[in-house]
This record gives sequence, structure tokens and C-alpha cells, in this order.
Amino acid sequence: MAKKKLVFSFPPLLIHEPVTSNLIRKYDLEVNLLRARIQPREQGRIVAELSGTPESISAGVAYLENQGVQVDTLIQEIRHYSDRCINCTACTGVCPTDALTVDPESDEVVFEASHCIMCEACLAACSYGAMESLF
Amino acid sequence: MRSIEEINAKIKAGKVVVATAEEVVGIVKERGVKEAARMVDVVTTGTFGPMCSSGIYFNIKQTTPKIKCGGGRVLVDGVPAYAGWAAADIMLGCTALPEDGPRNAVYPGLFKYGGAHIIEKLVKGEKVKLEVKTYGTDCYPRKEYTAELGLDDLNDAVMFNPRNSYQLYNVAVNFSKRTIYTYMGVLKGRLGNANFGTTGALSPLLNDPELRTVGIGTRVFFCGAQGYVAWPGTQHVPEPARLEGGLPASPSATLALIGNLKEMDPAYLRAASIVGYGASLAVGYGLPIPVVDEQVMAQCAVSDEDITYPIVDYSENYPLGRSADLGRVSMAQLMSGSIEIDGKSVPTGGMASRARGRQIAGELKRRIEAGQFLLARPVAALPGATLAEALA
Repeated sequence: MAKKKLVFSFPPLLIHEPVTSNLIRKYDLEVNLLRARIQPREQGRIVAELSGTPESISAGVAYLENQGVQVDTLIQEIRHYSDRCINCTACTGVCPTDALTVDPESDEVVFEASHCIMCEACLAACSYGAMESLF
Repeated sequence: MRSIEEINAKIKAGKVVVATAEEVVGIVKERGVKEAARMVDVVTTGTFGPMCSSGIYFNIKQTTPKIKCGGGRVLVDGVPAYAGWAAADIMLGCTALPEDGPRNAVYPGLFKYGGAHIIEKLVKGEKVKLEVKTYGTDCYPRKEYTAELGLDDLNDAVMFNPRNSYQLYNVAVNFSKRTIYTYMGVLKGRLGNANFGTTGALSPLLNDPELRTVGIGTRVFFCGAQGYVAWPGTQHVPEPARLEGGLPASPSATLALIGNLKEMDPAYLRAASIVGYGASLAVGYGLPIPVVDEQVMAQCAVSDEDITYPIVDYSENYPLGRSADLGRVSMAQLMSGSIEIDGKSVPTGGMASRARGRQIAGELKRRIEAGQFLLARPVAALPGATLAEALA
């Protein structure tokens, strides 16, 4: 069983396509929706974690891309700017998945993007604009 | 043991021995207080965190014809500044907000711009827009003035903190059901997290809990410049309840700090937009502690395990001024990433940067060793304090 967090960007014409349902029924994938923003006649975006065999995930992603969906990894969607960060660590207390932790040696903030579920709690916790969401 | 003058002579001769407040914890453990006190001349401390009680005052070069800002209305980048002094003196606090800013109208507000951001811009060498509207007099006939000004265009620019260096501060939690937005950061409901605002073993006044070496006139590291303790800070508590070892039990001593804004370094100050609360300024400050006797060293050896803070509920008790004993927690526990309250594991986060505090203590140490920073003998003790014999 493999897991992959991905961001799907839908062009306006595809908003009526039941892609989530197809991923589940046709490609035998578990789809855990983490975030979604779908506006009629505009772009729709979904952050989802796909679970299944590596082959079924690849097939599911290929289906989406054939439909015209842009598929990106989550890592590109939320960013930690270390040059803006003062390492106060306020973000680490609100992060539910340990994507943001404190290095015990340096006491600096460490961002592990693969753990991030894009809840964006860190955005409000950071007073210095060091966290940014592109979602 | 040694006087300030002897320490300064060693600094000038390049023979001074300096250790950071973190380093002395290990030195004292290894060698004992007596030997450590003989060995180390100065202990450096450091902290870097939001201090809302920060502001600047500045003096503009006079225009032709002259203008009297005092009694008029002054905006800096759209943010109202205080113009209740003389013709060309203006004051701007870091929490000041633009008149047309949304504040918390769309809750929680983002507070993207305020006095703090203007202060940071000036220190970075950028220009800000000054707009003055006033009433005109025989000696100051001009009624309106607009200009883009940078630090170099000002006669004087001074950073002043009516309050800084809080000796001990609360650990903030939220017992309510909803998320709240405070100066101690975002606090999730039902004890979702706990925020602390201290650098613990590096914290300036926790290394001199009885204020035996610090007083009015003490020279400090202030946002990269040499600043001074100008006065006791506002809300200073002269005789706090103390725990075993001399540390205060609750927020107590404070210092008013002053320094030349033109000498400050943007690496050591940062504007903060605290969501749902307001604008603030993160200020980097370090206090050098002269080891004038063994007691100074014994108190500088304070470790993260020794320092405990009161836990305070910010959903109801703090806003209503109620006190409730929710227990105490040590810095070591806070830095472990979680603490236990009412049997629940609560994740912790900081408002003050331990990493930056360490950097400041290290930079102050480097400057003292390089002969660039001499210690100053305090001219008066702070209220409630008695200076060490060598400094009295």
C-alpha cells in the first residue's frame, strides 16, 4: 500500500467530471480529501491523499492528466522561508502533523513538507510571513 | 572579586574571558561556582521576541518656511504618529495602525502594516512618507509638508522601549472551546497548545534575578547597537514573590531601554504581524553580566530545568484579570515540545527565539572579546534592588 499527497488543479470545463468517484471505482484508490476549493466556471483545486498500490496510483494520476487535470506534489504548495523565519517556534505548537518541528540541537524550525496536510494553521501562527500557501 | 573597571581593562588588553549564559551552565557543573567565577569575567545573555512596548522618536530637518508638527497631525506611511512635542519631534509606536486599516473587522485581522513595519523599513535603509498638517504660527508659518524620508534624512532617530526584558513571563493556554488570537500567539481551544515567550537559561534578567549587576546606565546590546538601561521599565515589580534560588514566581522586573536607531541592524529587529492581535516589533537584546562576585556566577548558572513559569488561561482568566493556579512548568519541559496539563499532553511553541537569543549572546560575547563593547557601571539601582558591593 502506497500513499501520495497531491494537488489537482481542474480547468473550468472539468468541474462537472466526477473524478474522485472514478479514482475510487475505476482505479481502486482510497481518496482522502484534505482541502478543496471548487468554484463554478473557474478553476477548481483539490488537495488529496491517494492510497493504493503504486501501479493504481500511477494509473489514477495518468487518468487525471489525460482529462486535463494538472497534478502537482503538495511540497510545491506550502513553503517555509527560512530567511524570514526568526525561529520563534510558534508554528510548531499548532502543527497537527509534525510537519513543523524544532531541531533539538539548533533550536531552529524544521519544515518537513511531506508531513504537511495543508491545514494552514501555521499561516496564522507565524507573525513574520515565513509560511506561505500557494493553494 | 573584580570590578567593572578591572573587567574593562581586561577587555582593552584583549584578555577578557566571556561565556554565554548557556555555556556557564556546563562550566559551573564541571568546575563548580568558585572556579567558574574565578575563570569567567563576563556572562552574556540574549533574547529576541515581540515587544509591543517599542517605539521610536525622531527629529526632522526643518523645512523652509518652518513648520510646527507639535499640535498638528502627522502620518508616516499612512500611520498616525504622535505630534505632541516640539516643532520637529515626532514619536511612533510599533503597534500604531493606519487610520483606514481593517484591524479586526474581518476577524482575525492580519495587521499587515503598522508602526513596527515602518521602523523596520527605516532601519533597512528604505524611505517612508511623512505627511504633516498643522495650523501655522508667526514663527512656524507652514501648514502642510509631505516628504519621503530615510534615516539619513533625520537629525536624530532613537529607539525607546518603555518596557522590555520582562524577568519572567506566563505560559499561555486556552481553556475555551474556540481558537483565540492573542499577543502570545494563536491559542487553540481545549488546551490545543501552550505558548511561551522566553529564552530560558539565556534570558537576561533570569541570570541576574535580584538585579545585583544591572541598573540605570547599564550598557546593553540593543538591536545590534549599544543601548542603555534608561529607567525601570513600566510595570516593574520591585519586590516580587520569589521561589527557592531567588527566581521570581511571576512576571516581575522590567527595564526601559534606549538606543540610537541609526546604529541598529535589521538582522536584530523584525516587524511582526500578530494575527487577530496587532502589529508588534521583535527586538533583539542582550545583557552583559559582570562576574563581580561568586553569587553572580551561581545565579548565572541557572539552567532550563531550574526556571519555572506560571501557566495562565488566556480565554477568560487573563482578559478578566483573574488569577488561578494552573500550575508551573519548567523551560526544559517547554522545550521538549509538549507539557502536561490536567493529564493532557499539550504541544508547546515559542514567541521568543531561543536560536536568535543564542546568536545575540554569542555576538555580544564576540564584541566584548574584540574590545568593541565595554561594560558600564550602573549609576543607580533599580527599585527594590541592591547592587552588588563591587558596583554600589
